[in-house]
Amino acid sequence: MIDSQIKSKLKMFASFSLLLGAASLSSCSGGANQESETRKMNSADIKVVSEMKAELTSPPFVPKSTANREATKLIVDMEILEQTGEMADGVEYVYWTFGGTVPGSFIRTKVGDEVEFTLKNHPDNKLPHNIDLHAVNGPGGGAASSFVAPGHEITFSFKTLNPGLYVYHCATAPVGMHIANGMYGLILVEPEGGLPPVDKEYYIMQGDFYTKGNFGDQGVQPFDMQKAIDEDADYVVFNGKVGALTGDNALTAKVGETVRLFVGNGGPNLVSSFHVIGEIFDRVHVEGGDLVNTNVQTTLIPAGGAAIVEFKVDVPGELVIVDHSIFRAFNKGALGMLSVSGDENKKIFAGTIQEGIYLPEGGTIQSMPVEAKVDQPIVELSKSEKMANGKKLYGSTCFACHQANGEGIANAFPPLAKADYLNADVSRAIEIVLRGKTGEITVNSKKYNSVMTAQNLTDKEVAAVMTYVYNSWGNNGTEVTEEMVKKVRNK
Amino acid sequence: MFSKIVSIVSIVFFSLTSYGQSEGMALIKGGTYIPLYGTDSMPVKVDNFHIDKYPVTNAEYVKFLEENPKWKKSNVIALYADGNYLRHFTNDSKLKEGELLNAPMTNVSWFAAKKYCECLGKRLPTLDEWEYVGMADEKRADARSKDDYNKFILSWYEKPNSHNQEIGSTFKNYYGVYDMHGLVWEWTQDFNSVLISGESRKDVDGSSNLFCGGAAVGSSDLMNYAAFMRYAFRGSIKANYSIRTLGFRCAKSIK
Repeated sequence: MIDSQIKSKLKMFASFSLLLGAASLSSCSGGANQESETRKMNSADIKVVSEMKAELTSPPFVPKSTANREATKLIVDMEILEQTGEMADGVEYVYWTFGGTVPGSFIRTKVGDEVEFTLKNHPDNKLPHNIDLHAVNGPGGGAASSFVAPGHEITFSFKTLNPGLYVYHCATAPVGMHIANGMYGLILVEPEGGLPPVDKEYYIMQGDFYTKGNFGDQGVQPFDMQKAIDEDADYVVFNGKVGALTGDNALTAKVGETVRLFVGNGGPNLVSSFHVIGEIFDRVHVEGGDLVNTNVQTTLIPAGGAAIVEFKVDVPGELVIVDHSIFRAFNKGALGMLSVSGDENKKIFAGTIQEGIYLPEGGTIQSMPVEAKVDQPIVELSKSEKMANGKKLYGSTCFACHQANGEGIANAFPPLAKADYLNADVSRAIEIVLRGKTGEITVNSKKYNSVMTAQNLTDKEVAAVMTYVYNSWGNNGTEVTEEMVKKVRNK
Repeated sequence: MFSKIVSIVSIVFFSLTSYGQSEGMALIKGGTYIPLYGTDSMPVKVDNFHIDKYPVTNAEYVKFLEENPKWKKSNVIALYADGNYLRHFTNDSKLKEGELLNAPMTNVSWFAAKKYCECLGKRLPTLDEWEYVGMADEKRADARSKDDYNKFILSWYEKPNSHNQEIGSTFKNYYGVYDMHGLVWEWTQDFNSVLISGESRKDVDGSSNLFCGGAAVGSSDLMNYAAFMRYAFRGSIKANYSIRTLGFRCAKSIK
């Protein structure tokens, strides 16, 4: 009934567009729609001259440009693996993957290519899978033709007609669960002649994850269907895990280089407010299509959508890649780094203005809602236990601002490594962790005027993370006990 | 002469005891239930029947192979079993190292499973029979509305590599049947009677009559998700497929 209504509406729409089409034909003007229609026709006519095996890359890397080759018969070979991986330090998760990574391997094609796609479902896998490529014109984006049981493989083919950046994903029931476990990736269809050359290209994809435990809860965390239905994400991350693009994994570029990011959003639920702190996008291929917007601060990437963003990096420093729905960045993991090296350019960035650093909590200290905690007798951890727990806590709580080796971020977040301010007064340091801090302080003879929020940690956690900080990076080796924390808390 | 008679007798005796008749089976009292899929959501009637308490094990299948050599890997007709058939065997009759005799038999095609049951005077359970028994948890005949029951099933579905475990290692359900969930997928007689096209999102189209559109579109229920995955799995397989995580057990009608 509803179905037939939709069909009749579609029919009306179709005849309406036919009329429009006829009108524009007779007037010889040819609207944008017609242009793309024509181009699609042409794409279908492109002859392929040879055959080659597609280069597939794991994130954050992309295969080389197709600018220097003709349209070809492109053989894509992709394996589906269900495997345990690390969501965050000490947090394990069973991912379902295209090619063993989240997001799946990057596929780079060119308009007119004939893609022969073989999907292999590893025999150790439990479930059937398939693939829906948004770059495909055809039923289900290939999903119906690629449904494959464990221990089997299936081959289908399609021709790339529309240039752009597209998401692919698994579409096997329950679809949401397959996507939530990491089954998505990007396929690029380059225009004839390829995208203009740039210095660096990277592949980033955001995804939201739903685990039985909360953010940071240790051990193997199973998928939580109820949270997924409620759209209550525990993790929102780039490239499948917390820290996939930070520390040693940070992206790199040199001053003066132009960087192109292929950014996708696998979802399953959340829309991304993609932003790079300290950089303006010179060009954005909005939604991965032909429309190019310039001078963009934040671009919206829908779940199941993508964007190509390009910018020239002008000054050295750490550019912070975030979902500017900002609690996701600082509390759920949606944070990456682009490390730019090279010479300062005082004309562009003088270093005295705090431009580009986002203080999500505004100018005053705000505290996390604190749940009533039951008083339990203190069982003091050993120093080595504190160091181990503290390291994990640091990675999930402090690292975003104070950085991997406590070096901080110049002019914004003070260092903890060899920090005179820290080493001078342990009670003051405990108090800052418990109650937050605002206003000017001097650390290692540099002034900082920033905000740290009060941290919602237990005494045990504070003792662990502070012991870790005091016993790392050349600090004075103080061991912080729960008793010390308790004393400051009750002050 | 005498020894020959003894050996024949012992073979007969052996097969009787090892395969039993209704021995090792649980009596399932029939009734009606409403399946997730079907032409509509009408209740389906299930008659009284027997079902194996445990999935068929590697050891039991090895015996079957000895008695039915045409089902050995080197003899089997490709039409009846694909290249993965008995993939966990080194040769025609021996398990690979590390494979447990008491683990459920997998890497077996529908044709082979069907034949196995028939050789014992049994048959594969129908999809409705299997789902009917599968509704039970430890205490209740129909636990499908229970959160824990569904979470247990879902968490197993999403874990790869859980095939090399012994039978009886999950739970004994209301009927005294073990391992309906949490060990291996299981063949049913009419596994492909509910078609999932591979494009699951399209299947919500009421006009395709594959299943109830309402259930698919509005299935915020965990219970439906678990069943979805089972039906999706069944929809992806063919009768000659042999899969590492797919085993079987037999059933028997009551005359």
